[in-house]
Amino acid sequence: MAVMKIKKFSFTYPGVDHPSLKNITLPIEQNKITALIGPSGCGKSTLLRSMNRIHDLYPGNKYDGKIELLDLETGKYNNILEIKKENEFIKLRQQVGMIFQKPTPFPMSIFDNVAYGLRIAGIKNRSELQDRVETALKGSALWKEVHDRLDRSAMGLSGGQQQRLCIARAVAVKPEVLLFDEPTSALDPISTGAIEELIVELKKDVSIAIVTHNMQQASRISDYTAFMYLGDLIEYDKTENIFLNPKEQQTEDYITGRFG
Amino acid sequence: MRLFINKIFLALSVFSALIGLAFLGWILITLFIKGLGSFHFNLFLNDLIEGGLRNLIIGQFILAGLASLIGIPIGMTAGIYIQEYGRGKYAALIRDLSDIMMSAPSIVIGAFVYAIIVVPTGGTSGYAGAIALAIMMIPVVINTTDNMLSLVPRELREAGIALGASKYRVILDIVIKAAKVGIMTGILLAFARIIGETAPLLFTSETSNYFSLNLSESFPSLTVSIYDLANEPEESSRDLAWAASFILTVMVLIINLTGRFITRNKK
Repeated sequence: MAVMKIKKFSFTYPGVDHPSLKNITLPIEQNKITALIGPSGCGKSTLLRSMNRIHDLYPGNKYDGKIELLDLETGKYNNILEIKKENEFIKLRQQVGMIFQKPTPFPMSIFDNVAYGLRIAGIKNRSELQDRVETALKGSALWKEVHDRLDRSAMGLSGGQQQRLCIARAVAVKPEVLLFDEPTSALDPISTGAIEELIVELKKDVSIAIVTHNMQQASRISDYTAFMYLGDLIEYDKTENIFLNPKEQQTEDYITGRFG
Repeated sequence: MRLFINKIFLALSVFSALIGLAFLGWILITLFIKGLGSFHFNLFLNDLIEGGLRNLIIGQFILAGLASLIGIPIGMTAGIYIQEYGRGKYAALIRDLSDIMMSAPSIVIGAFVYAIIVVPTGGTSGYAGAIALAIMMIPVVINTTDNMLSLVPRELREAGIALGASKYRVILDIVIKAAKVGIMTGILLAFARIIGETAPLLFTSETSNYFSLNLSESFPSLTVSIYDLANEPEESSRDLAWAASFILTVMVLIINLTGRFITRNKK
């Protein structure tokens, strides 16, 4: 079942005539990992950033089509492009979390970092916060490394640890979908391996969309792959079909490294 | 040939740097000799009327402190607006105005406050002096806040928004914290700047020979008194002016160095 249905979606940045995304139709399957691949400028990050409407931080974007998000409580699909009110945005972002390319620890303690989203969501009870923070850190394979220094600044962690902290922070609010925007491109190979394992582990609980430049990464961890080129969705299929048996010539050229 | 030009240029810059440093050293040495000659710890215990500086030093800090109470909140809020909320023309306009204000001659600000506060209220007062200093301070605080916030990476704001926080919470909880050290340093340097100002106080707060905490009348000021004392005919008054200058310089130096120390340690 799809947790998110992107339907005939087009996106235009402010002050630009041509849309950066054209008529994209794509599902994000529940408890699966969907990888978005394609050369730089193909629009994969733009698409990802539409799924939690983080674009709206900068005014003047134009959306067309629909992005429907399954509300797990009611079982209904809501079009997130219709959201206008502040509290609806807050709910959307609690349902759809995001991890960025560079680790983004907040300038506060490790505990407060993980608790940040929970506090925003209105959880004030100290013991509940502690439980949720611990669960999130364990879920992000960071608990062993930091359990004795939760009150220390998160800025002192290594890059890989910071990224896992950001994942813990996003997981803590129990989102339905997690969006990863090239989460390992600023990390060394060992940290990258740890993050990849973690992402695969996480799909038990959340549905995942990941943008990556690294095709090995896409083939290693994803269940579905979407190949995009110049704002178009060229091909979407199970990952093994995309990599072993692509239907489109452009996909094959990109996979085999002939362009991109 | 290129090596030769290189050497000439190097020699010229070293020479110019030396000239600059020589004057700075000269000022400091003169201050040190003349000031230390008349320096005495009793200066901190007596008021000007008894030949000391106590009331002036305390008065100067009160004026600068009150100016900070007015100037820092206004300056920071304006800086936050320009960097976080302002888009396009308005933000650019405020930024330009603030830059112009920063280079406004301090005597002009003094004259302005004289016209809008001293004249209508019928006399010089500590409040007028503090307001003049606050006007000096605001553009510096705006500029620092604006610059320091601009150094906070965009992703940090997006990460906050992506967790469901509203924009003002992201600014208050995350962005300002990330820029805290820079903003604090800037504020400290702005404070160091206004505490040594004379012109904005000259005809707004004036000065007083007596200890006073009443800000609605003429208020003791170290810098204005230095100006007055230096114009007195008696040798003893001018010696006192030297001592006051020495103390003022040391104070400003300490505040400046503290600012730099914070930046270096908590980058």
